[in-house]
Amino acid sequence: MSKQIDIKDLDIFYGDFRAVDGVQMQIKPRSVTAFIGPSGCGKSTVLRTLNRMHEVIPGASVSGEVLMDGNDIYGAGVDPVNVRREVGMVFQRANPFPTMSIKENVLAGVRLNNRRLSKSEADDLTERALRGANLWNEVKDRLNLPGSGLSGGQQQRLCIARAIAVEPEVLLMDEPCSALDPISTLAIEDLINDLKDKYTVVIVTHNMQQAARVSDKTAFFNIAGTGKPGKLIEFNETSTIFSNPDKEETENYISGRFG
Amino acid sequence: MPTSTQTTESGPTGPGSTPESGQKPPSRSSAPRQQKAVVRPGDRIFSAATLIAGILILVILAGVALFLLAQSKDTIAAQISDPSQITGGKGFLSYVWPLVIGTLISAAIALIVATPFSLGIALFTTHMAPRKLAPALGYVIDLLAAIPSVVYGLWGIALAGNLTGFYLWLSKWFGWIPIFAPAADGSVSQTGRTLLTASLVLSIMILPIITSLTREIFLQTPRLQEEAALALGATRWEMIRMAVLPFGKSGIVSATMLGLGRALGETMAVAMILSPGILTASLVVSGNQTIASEIAQNFPEAAGLRLSELITVGLVLFVITLLVNMGARAIVARTSVKGS
Repeated sequence: MSKQIDIKDLDIFYGDFRAVDGVQMQIKPRSVTAFIGPSGCGKSTVLRTLNRMHEVIPGASVSGEVLMDGNDIYGAGVDPVNVRREVGMVFQRANPFPTMSIKENVLAGVRLNNRRLSKSEADDLTERALRGANLWNEVKDRLNLPGSGLSGGQQQRLCIARAIAVEPEVLLMDEPCSALDPISTLAIEDLINDLKDKYTVVIVTHNMQQAARVSDKTAFFNIAGTGKPGKLIEFNETSTIFSNPDKEETENYISGRFG
Repeated sequence: MPTSTQTTESGPTGPGSTPESGQKPPSRSSAPRQQKAVVRPGDRIFSAATLIAGILILVILAGVALFLLAQSKDTIAAQISDPSQITGGKGFLSYVWPLVIGTLISAAIALIVATPFSLGIALFTTHMAPRKLAPALGYVIDLLAAIPSVVYGLWGIALAGNLTGFYLWLSKWFGWIPIFAPAADGSVSQTGRTLLTASLVLSIMILPIITSLTREIFLQTPRLQEEAALALGATRWEMIRMAVLPFGKSGIVSATMLGLGRALGETMAVAMILSPGILTASLVVSGNQTIASEIAQNFPEAAGLRLSELITVGLVLFVITLLVNMGARAIVARTSVKGS
C-alpha cells in the first residue's frame, strides 16, 4: 500500500498571485523524496497540494494534475476528505489534540472513518501505530494521559503515529524536525528510514544535511525574486544533487553560495 | 534622607513587591538599588487610575449588598414577629419561592432554546459561511444586542397573540407533559402572555451575547489544530468536533453563563409580556411570575413593609445571580484546556 505520485503542469495560486509555476515530477512508491530550497520558494505549498490541504486557505487554487497511481486527485467529483484519508500529513509543529489522551490521539483518524473498533482491535492498532512511530516503549505505561504532556520530539512522533494509524498510501512531512533538538531529530530521521518500507514519503526540509541523510531523491525549488512564482529547478537522485548537480543554481544553493 | 525618598517614590507604584523586597536584604546595599525601577509620572497615574477602578467595583458591589441587606431588615423582623403580615399571609418564604422557581424556569428555558442556536450561528459565521457573508451576519447579530428591552417587550406582546394557536396544539398533543398541560377546562391562555412566551423572548434577547462570545472563541481555535483534523480526513463537521469545540469548551460555558445572568435579571420585557399569576407547572396557561418582573410591577405603589419585601426579593435575586456566576467560574476553571 503505497502509491506513485505524478505531478503534471502544476500551477498553484493564492488568489491572483501565482505562487508556484509549472511543476513536473514523478515520485516513486516506497521512496523518500525531499523538497529543499530557500524560504518562500513554494516547497511547502507544493507539498500541501498533494493532499489538497492547500485549498483550506481561503482564495487558494490549483491548476494542473496530481495523479496518485493514475487517478487525478483534482479530478471532478473527487472528495478532498477521501484524498486526505489516503495521504497522511505531519506538520512543522507537533499538533496533538490537547484534550485527547495519547491513545485517543492515535485513534483519532481511525475513528473518523466511522469504523467501529472493538477494544482489543483499538489496543492492537494503538500499539502497532506507536511502535511504527518508535514511541511505544516511551509511552506504553501512560496511554491514557494527555498527549500534550509529552516532550516536543515525542509529540511529533505521536503525530506520526496518528498519521500512520489510518494506514495511508503516502505520508507528507512539512519540516517535521524544525522545532526539535538534534536527538529528537535523529529519532525522526531513523523513523523516516523505516517508514519508506511501507509508504511513499515526501518531506520538506530546510536542512540540507537532513535531505542528504534521509532521501532517495531530492527536488530543489527556487524563486527568482519576491513576487515571482517559485519553480522546480532540479529533481534528481539525492546523491547527484549533492555531489554533481545538473544545474548551476542547485550547485550554488547546496554549496552555500546563497540561501 | 535618601532612604526615605526611596520609599515615598516606590510607594504609589503599589502592586509590585518593590518596597518589601527592598527592605529584606539590608546587608547587601546594591540589591535594593537594582530592584527599584525608575517610576515615570505616566506609569504612576495609570497605576493609580486602574487601582481606583478596581477598588470602585468592589465598593459598589458591597454598597449594593449592604443596601439590600439594610432595607430588608423590616421584612426579616416581620417574618420573625408575625409572618402573616407578609404578602400572601404565609410568611416570606412561601411568598418568594414561586418567584424563584418562575425566574429559574424562564431563564432555563431561554438558555435551552438560545444556546444551540447561538453555537450554530457562531460556528456558521466562523467556519461555514462564505467569507463575504460572515461579517455582515456577525454585525446583524450584534445589532440584536442593541435593541432595547422595551422594544423586545412590545414585540413579545405582539408575538404572544400569535402563539395561542400553537399553545393549544401543544396542549392537545403534548398535554401529558406537565409543562404543556392545559387548564382544567382544556383551555390555554387566551392572550398567550404566558411564561413560555416570556422565556422565548428572553432566549432571543440572550442569543446575541452567547453568539458573539462563542464566535470570538471559535475564531481563536489554533489553525494548527484545525489543520491536524482536516489532514486526517475529517469533514468540516468532524473538524469542528475534534478541534473547535474541545478548544472552546470553557468559553462556551462562560458565554452561556453570561447569557443566563442576563436571562435571570431581565425585567422590562418579562414585565410587559407576562400576565402574572400563581405558580403553575404548566407554561401554556397564564400564571407564574419572575422576581425581576414582580419587583417592577409592584414597586410603584409599594410603601412600608411591602417596599421592604420587594427589596428583600431583590436580595434573593442578587444571591441567585452571585451563585450562578460563582458556579460558572468553577465550571470554567475545571474545564479549561491549555491551547497549544
